[in-house]
Amino acid sequence: MTKLRDQEGPYFGEYGGRFVPESLIAALDELDQTYQQAKNDPTFEAELAELHRTYTGRPSIITEVKRFAEHAGDVRIFLKREDLNHTGSHKINNVLGQALLAKRMGKKRIIAETGAGQHGVASATAAALFGLECVVYMGEVDTERQALNVARMRLLGAEVVAVTSGSRTLKDAINEALRDWVANVETTHYLLGTVAGPHPFPTMVRDFHSVIGIEARQQMLDEFGFLPDALAACVGGGSNAIGLFHAFLDDESVSLYGFEAAGDGMHTDRHAATLNFGRPGVLHGAKSYMLQDEDGQTIESHSISAGLDYPGVGPEHSWLKDLGRANYRGISDDEAMQALRLLSQTEGIIPAIETAHALAGALKLGKELKPGSSILINLSGRGDKDMETAAKYFGLIG
Amino acid sequence: MNFESKTATALANNRAAGKASLIGYFPVGYPNLETSIDAAIAMCQNGVDVLELGVPYSDPVMDGVVIQEATVEALQNGFKLSQTFEAVRRITEAVDTPVLVMTYWNPVMQFGVERFAKQLTEAGGAGLITPDLIPDEAAEWLAASDEFELDRVFLATPTSSAERMQRACELSRGFAYAVSTMGITGARTEVDKLARDVVDKIRKTETKQNAAVGIGISTADQVLEVNEYADAAIVGSAFVKAFQNGGIAGLIAKVKELDPKK
Repeated sequence: MTKLRDQEGPYFGEYGGRFVPESLIAALDELDQTYQQAKNDPTFEAELAELHRTYTGRPSIITEVKRFAEHAGDVRIFLKREDLNHTGSHKINNVLGQALLAKRMGKKRIIAETGAGQHGVASATAAALFGLECVVYMGEVDTERQALNVARMRLLGAEVVAVTSGSRTLKDAINEALRDWVANVETTHYLLGTVAGPHPFPTMVRDFHSVIGIEARQQMLDEFGFLPDALAACVGGGSNAIGLFHAFLDDESVSLYGFEAAGDGMHTDRHAATLNFGRPGVLHGAKSYMLQDEDGQTIESHSISAGLDYPGVGPEHSWLKDLGRANYRGISDDEAMQALRLLSQTEGIIPAIETAHALAGALKLGKELKPGSSILINLSGRGDKDMETAAKYFGLIG
Repeated sequence: MNFESKTATALANNRAAGKASLIGYFPVGYPNLETSIDAAIAMCQNGVDVLELGVPYSDPVMDGVVIQEATVEALQNGFKLSQTFEAVRRITEAVDTPVLVMTYWNPVMQFGVERFAKQLTEAGGAGLITPDLIPDEAAEWLAASDEFELDRVFLATPTSSAERMQRACELSRGFAYAVSTMGITGARTEVDKLARDVVDKIRKTETKQNAAVGIGISTADQVLEVNEYADAAIVGSAFVKAFQNGGIAGLIAKVKELDPKK
């Protein structure tokens, strides 16, 4: 039987593909070809590994959080510390890989979309490191709630464009980046930040993030002598989740849990729980689950977390959902914020609000699992960027 | 194929009469259904040879600011997908101009490809222009458009490989949409020289497929120039802008100004 982790695009079951203007096909083909060559070129792998060792700070460590786990029933909880990567989240894994590919393609300009600003910051960082021009598209709403990250990107030399169309969030930032790419495709690489979009992005971005799960799987075996019973990760577009899940896809004893943003709650219509409430459609170049009305118009999502505030999701997650291999649940804004505070106060680790959804999910999951079970959480990002939101939420200033 | 393409016939008739052709875009439901139907009919009565009726969509990645803002307004004013068929029916009852619906793919997928094709045929529509559906992903639409005898327009671009150009031209019916520049819709002062190259490549496919050049065309000179080497010029944003500035009277004036047959 073929292994789940060997699945490559363009299609994951009925999902994926390329639903984009013909104008982009040549660039996608070039990218696919460049990536395939790079994948089979040991010098590329070595170059990326060296960057990860000396720049990203890989491998990221695993931390067992015993005081936090006391709130999750009778389970052990482990964190894969992607928050300790340079730039503060998992996003750098993909960005460095794609920046190397841009260099191979001779493209001097990169563009990126960003929600919380983590991918934008990572892209601006790579652009600075490689001497590339960088334009980041960010919804106007997000530029306001993540003002610090806007300043970081600008300090790194990137141009940040506030997108004022549509819902003025991540979805519209991607639309604007795609428009830029259509117009500048010959000089520009679109450094897409998640496992969505047209082929080869879902496969390629997953591959660059799969280092998370590969490391974590080996670390669990080496340091603790067992594999975790369950994995937990937050899911917006789904890049950190697939990065953790991928190495474990064929380990039948390991259950996979993705936690989507339920915004005001699963009983309300203000959420970003695409896999729970969406249905298959085409958004941003791929077929996948998405939030839409009966006419196929995209419905705006809602979440306190800019990085999860997205009405689509990567096609591989849609496939894993339909297969029943991974479970996707919703976590409300408040549940996430409470988990953010709990981890801060029990372990001295302040997570990103996105990541806090996975933490809140694990707190609930721990009470369902058999006593003595273990949960490995992808601690995908740190919370520095969210201090203003957290300060307001908990009334910490003044 | 044993049926006549409405769009190809209209272009062929103009060609036989030694006339150039103008394809005009207008979004259905903008600013409301009634006005958009009146506007579309007025365009057809005053010089547009093929109507491109745009379906408002929440994520129009191929459209520039003018059309984006118009279609957002249509959605805010309550546009529903099913109104497309009503608009097509009422336009084709009033004029003989072929009506091609321009739509992003998700609305069609959600409506049901075959159901969409059936209702479009029943309403008197000529076919679809699909900006984000490439032939590789179009199996269902290819079958439905054959069954319901509809035209289908795929894009041919400056960066398309020879094989992709061949396939787009073989599978298009009515015309192939030659993207004149690497960009999104919106009026430009100079139509890219790339347009000539794309049309050349379309000619070289030896499919005898019509080539209509779109994106960036806004002046009468450009329409005439394009018609020297292509089978039709497509104008969109310039018509939407004319409507915004002068209502239907302003739109009619712009159509008359750009009509290459006068």
